[in-house]
Amino acid sequence: MKEQKPKLKLAVYWAAACGGCCVSVLDVHEKLFDVVAAADLVFWPIALDFKYKDVEDMPDGHIDVTLFNGAIRNSENEYMAKLLRKKTKILVAYGSCAHLGGIPGLANFFTGEEIFKRVYEESESTINPEKIRPQHKYEVPEGTLEIPVFFNDVRPLDRVVDVDYYLPGCPPQTERLLEVFLAIVTGAELPPKGSVVGAGIKAQCDDCIRKKTENKLIKKFYRPWEIIDDGESCFMEQGVLCMGPATRSGCGYRCIKGNAPCRGCYGPTADVIDPGTKMMSAIASIIDAKDPDELEKIISDVVDPAGTFYRFSLPSAIIRRKLS
Amino acid sequence: MEFKPKVIAFLCNWCSYTGADLAGTARLKYKPNVRAIRVMCSGRIEPTFVLRAFRKGADGVLICGCHPGDCHYQEGNYRCLRRYHLLQKYIQQMGIETERLKLEWISASEGKQYADLIDSFTETITELGPCKIKETMENLT
Repeated sequence: MKEQKPKLKLAVYWAAACGGCCVSVLDVHEKLFDVVAAADLVFWPIALDFKYKDVEDMPDGHIDVTLFNGAIRNSENEYMAKLLRKKTKILVAYGSCAHLGGIPGLANFFTGEEIFKRVYEESESTINPEKIRPQHKYEVPEGTLEIPVFFNDVRPLDRVVDVDYYLPGCPPQTERLLEVFLAIVTGAELPPKGSVVGAGIKAQCDDCIRKKTENKLIKKFYRPWEIIDDGESCFMEQGVLCMGPATRSGCGYRCIKGNAPCRGCYGPTADVIDPGTKMMSAIASIIDAKDPDELEKIISDVVDPAGTFYRFSLPSAIIRRKLS
Repeated sequence: MEFKPKVIAFLCNWCSYTGADLAGTARLKYKPNVRAIRVMCSGRIEPTFVLRAFRKGADGVLICGCHPGDCHYQEGNYRCLRRYHLLQKYIQQMGIETERLKLEWISASEGKQYADLIDSFTETITELGPCKIKETMENLT
């Protein structure tokens, strides 16, 4: 009788995430049957009814692979990251938020206090004259109720636990996930711990489908809605900020194919410490001005440099939050 | 305790470092707070260098290069200028006072100007007080 190979145990978890990463796992469509043939899904809050307690009851190292998406925003996220780390052999930071902090990481432009003040007191639709705010603990006749503690800093997953692999993207491309998954199932040799998997090494620009010329000097930056894109030439040459020069390849040019400039969700290329500074360097080399006043005027068209260059990576940048 | 600021100065090899050298050979006295780092060209100074300097505890960062038109590599100082303007805008958004980062052109013969620049920059930083960045980055809350 043919020996049955034990099935892989797979978990997917979301922390501070939008749900897009989980949907990108669902986007394997009918290949989901192949996945399920090779792996048992033991925990996946968006799709399956398992409780945290079920994970707590598992022996350590029980899960083979966990795809952890979402940043660490509160104590619940942190608790689950630590729990899943303990129960998992291969922990994958899945998607931009777990990898670098992602869009939720932009909250690091504010302190926790500023966010609460805005949300619970100042926002246009809020009526809260008593200035009631959520409490971590609340006493009711039945006992004590608890909600997670809101952290001041948003952190990427590797600030909280040890991470084996990073699979970047917002969300990661499903084809890349399948490749990585297939490699694990077939027992192919895995890259060294800490590697970025399911993505290229070079920058987007290297094989960009848009036409590049030698003339890379520009006099003015445009926001995408201010200019009619010609549909074929390099966005940067047209004066539209595109994160291509400082972004890892591997996404399949989804945005570029949709005639939108790169936003940088795949993070920096290999061995780059800080993604945004590379982008500043890239931009500095294409501005066609030598006079400080003219330069100042051109740069004033870059409306939000910090938010643009660190759109997906603020919590992993050298300066990971606004000073307060 | 009296606040003694730490200032990192990136100096280009061909003009500014030679200018600083001249200040030394001419025995000019200037504030001892500056740590000079020689690079081949001001165009070599990546924004990463500046941010790391702040991150590791610099209270001020000074960038010096050849005067416009004098760059040993033709264009390096212009690149530096453009990066500097972008960086200024960026650090302001991150809550770092823009006065903490300064770009100045120092030629090989401007030893006196270099000494004066170090004195005035150190004074500015002393007035601003310690930079909060190192502390903020190390306390994850």
